[in-house]
Amino acid sequence: MNTIPLEHYLFVAAALFSIGLAIAVTKRHFIGILLGIELMLNAVNLNLIAFSRHDPEKLSGQLFALFVIVVAAAEVTVALAIILRVYGFFKTVDPDEVSELKK
Amino acid sequence: MEATAFYSFSILAIASALFILFSKNLIYAAFALFMAFLGIAALYVLAGADFLAVTQIMVYVGGILVLLIFGIMLTQKTNRQTVSSTPNRVEVEQSRGIQGFLVGTGVFAFLSYVIISSQFKMTGDIISSRSTIKTIGVELMTSHLLPFEIAAILLLVALIGAAYLALNRNPAS
Repeated sequence: MNTIPLEHYLFVAAALFSIGLAIAVTKRHFIGILLGIELMLNAVNLNLIAFSRHDPEKLSGQLFALFVIVVAAAEVTVALAIILRVYGFFKTVDPDEVSELKK
Repeated sequence: MEATAFYSFSILAIASALFILFSKNLIYAAFALFMAFLGIAALYVLAGADFLAVTQIMVYVGGILVLLIFGIMLTQKTNRQTVSSTPNRVEVEQSRGIQGFLVGTGVFAFLSYVIISSQFKMTGDIISSRSTIKTIGVELMTSHLLPFEIAAILLLVALIGAAYLALNRNPAS
């Protein structure tokens, strides 16, 4: 049981984090950016849980990951509400076209 | 056996993430995110976090992903004539693609360097195969009681805020 070395979990999490960051940078759609952010949060959770394997008494990493999941759920609901309002006002979902502050 | 499962689920998660990155259709990207979440939940199980894996599936797949797909469907383009052949299309500028590639590979190279060069000394015992639910419940109700309550307040605030923001959607009011 649990013969996978810790570094392999960390490499998978690093790859997921990088891909999520690239998604958040390249997508020109608000919800595409949210997808990338969700992927990054999951990569961080994977790191926390991988380290928490070595802490079976207190499981601090798993508790931290649980709170990260809660905060991610709250973040996504508020972000989607804001996206719906921005879409209702600007009629676009492209972050580059929402440049009201620059005018 | 365990190594095979670990690597196949890792490949599933990373391939789904790459599909999101290169997909032009946002609905396909959302379903690929579903596969990525499932792969990550399987990795949680392999790391001994069974409760977290179930929570991941319930919260992310059951809640967040449905919300995201609702959001995609509610923010469709109004002029359907031009986009009817390619629905849910996401434009990616060429320069943006290059920047994203550079940022992603740079961050991955940096993280890999950190992981390789660091040598973690793990003192605790590796988690046994017993369930973690009892430990998580006891810890949540004793030493992590304040963050637990703050998370409850945060969820309530997010519920009220999201409902208030999304309720009046006509700009006149």
